[in-house]
Amino acid sequence: MAFQEIALPRKSGTTALVIERLHGLVVTVDHKKLGLMYIGTALIFLIVAGSMAWVIRMQLAVPNNDLVSPQVFNRLFTMHGTSMVFLVGMPIIAGLMNYLVPLMIGARDMAFPRLNAFGYWMFLFGGLLLYSSYLASPGLLGAGSAPNVGWFAYAPLTGRAFSRGNSTDYWILALFVSGIGSVVSALNVIVTTVSMRCKGMTLMRMPLFVWLMILTSFMILLALPPLTAAQIMLLLDRFLGANFFDTQAGGDAVLWQHFFWIFGHPEVYILMIPAFACLSEIIPVFSRKPIFGYPIMVAATTMIALISVSVWAHHMFAVGMTSIGNTFFAASTFMVAVPTGIKIFNWLGTMYGGKLRFELPMLFCMGFLFQFLIAGLTGVMLGVTPFNWQLTDSYFVVAHFHYTLVGSFLFGIFAGIYYWYPKAVGRMLNKKLGLWHFWLFLIGFHLTFDPQHFAGMLGMPRRIYTFDPGRGWEIYNLISSIGAILQAAGLLCLVANLFLSLRKGERAGDDPWDAWTLEWSTASPPTEYNFETLPEVRSRRPLWDLKHPEDPDWKYE
Amino acid sequence: MTNQAALTIPVSQAEWRLPSRRKVAVALLILTESAMFTIFVVAYLFYIGKSLTGPYPNQVLATPIISTICLLGSSLTIVLAERALRQENRGRFQFWWMVTILLAAVFLSFTASEWHRLITVHHLTISTNLFGTTFYSLVGLHASHVVVGSTLLGLVLVLSLRGYVKKEHHEHVKMVSWYWHFVDAVWVVVFTVVYIIGR
Repeated sequence: MAFQEIALPRKSGTTALVIERLHGLVVTVDHKKLGLMYIGTALIFLIVAGSMAWVIRMQLAVPNNDLVSPQVFNRLFTMHGTSMVFLVGMPIIAGLMNYLVPLMIGARDMAFPRLNAFGYWMFLFGGLLLYSSYLASPGLLGAGSAPNVGWFAYAPLTGRAFSRGNSTDYWILALFVSGIGSVVSALNVIVTTVSMRCKGMTLMRMPLFVWLMILTSFMILLALPPLTAAQIMLLLDRFLGANFFDTQAGGDAVLWQHFFWIFGHPEVYILMIPAFACLSEIIPVFSRKPIFGYPIMVAATTMIALISVSVWAHHMFAVGMTSIGNTFFAASTFMVAVPTGIKIFNWLGTMYGGKLRFELPMLFCMGFLFQFLIAGLTGVMLGVTPFNWQLTDSYFVVAHFHYTLVGSFLFGIFAGIYYWYPKAVGRMLNKKLGLWHFWLFLIGFHLTFDPQHFAGMLGMPRRIYTFDPGRGWEIYNLISSIGAILQAAGLLCLVANLFLSLRKGERAGDDPWDAWTLEWSTASPPTEYNFETLPEVRSRRPLWDLKHPEDPDWKYE
Repeated sequence: MTNQAALTIPVSQAEWRLPSRRKVAVALLILTESAMFTIFVVAYLFYIGKSLTGPYPNQVLATPIISTICLLGSSLTIVLAERALRQENRGRFQFWWMVTILLAAVFLSFTASEWHRLITVHHLTISTNLFGTTFYSLVGLHASHVVVGSTLLGLVLVLSLRGYVKKEHHEHVKMVSWYWHFVDAVWVVVFTVVYIIGR
């Protein structure tokens, strides 16, 4: 938790007792502290769930390996996936939204600070509930341990008959609880941006980051309740003997898949759009140009948000839908690639002819652009129904979504961490260590996930705990596991950097990147009330106007 | 901060007004709740006629006309109460507010007696068949929202009887009534789906 403590006001002369600081974290309603708590907790879960992935990779490094048993393996991939989506991805974006949105729109806090704290604690208790399944679950009925039904928990595997004990109930309730946290924080972000923007900040003058976070929040409000509803149904099935997903009583197991993916696919964009948001702030600053095509960016993201709620069944091509269903969902999947492509071109257009500065945030953004392009292309490939039939549930799919979630989402978030850490802490992250992080993680990422495309095309299914030699999968799996070691080393560099720079980092000053949005006009770290006097803006780049009174933006916008 | 001082220099004279936080928040709450109800409604529609065993809806369900009138009527009385509050007529506000709570109670008691009849007479429980599963979950989800709404109504009544609810709290009270209208609107959907389409 040391990462979060820095946000506390230092008592001059004496160091505050640890217990006092912890108490400060428990009672705080300050959006900045909560934001850092979200991100700090998420990074802890990232390390836990990353270690699980690491064990998975070690198990699969060579054929017929028996490092872990099949049962443990099932728990590992379930907990890895569930944690990464709900306890890493969601809280990191909630943390970024919390920390940055009020600062960027010139507000002193979120609209509902106590609700905000409630959201954080719901997320934390959800996470602890999920992990307590390791301890508590076998104690009750003697059956099962952590959930082992996969992160999308398909029926009827989750039924009472097939999932004995309480491990699945832990999965349901943990997601239910943390889902409430996500919904209230999303609601809070929207209310804050709608009702608390500083004077002059019309919707089309908001930083793109804020725009994209509003859209993400709307998607959270619309996508998470279906999951909650489906989980209520599953709980009713498991405890009251309801028949929603019980095929023996006429229920339909595929209905669960529909309900889950009505949540699950928008969820992918709920995670990706905040990464887009980071890029949309960072690339202009390090290209020394305003973002190319601001209104188009807003429109394209809105399009993504709208289309992404109508593509869910492309996760289900193999379950035997009608050809009309297949065609519709294939077509909508292709359509979502159009606004996404527009965004990539806009970022490139921003960089084109710019005066690029290859600082760490920019490096991660450029890694993002390459990897997101490939992730998008394999996504379109998988959207082609017959191709999908061939490769469904194979390692090709694993490679595809890790390209989006690691190669793109995580790279975008890393860029954001390097970019805003000086604001939150007042000190720069060490560049040398950061470069080690970047290169180790980049090379490790490609070593891990590039070969998985080939293993998948050679027929390797996902979620198998081991495999026989002689199918041509050995070399790809070995390279993949070596890459996992490099990724872990890269991640360690980041963690070390975050801790070392707290005390030893170079002083950042208020505006180390010569940036243009309002958060850089506050002190680093910002005071508890953010702004002494609430600012007033006349363009999208208020700090540019301030630094260049001879040529302000508002003359042209 | 010198920066901030300078930031305020180019002053514009236009008035800067943004929507009320409360209204936006309650509207969003209604939006997100609607998303959840949609899934239960879809499940109900999807499973119509798919029960493998009886009892079936056309055998056991009676159209709840009186309770529907009560619930929809309560949307009217809550508006009258709100208007009374705006006109600072405390007695009339409390009267209409109590009528609203009474109508909600009548609705809930009709639901309770319907469930009692279904369980004891027709032996329909949530585990009997798909109709039971979807019926109790959808109607139950709505009824639980009525309970939450009634609790809010009761809270406002208690506060008002103790003299805390004044004209300046008009918007707070209005938010409760927005939620109540939402609960009523959901009933229109549930009624249509369960008692008209589903039978």
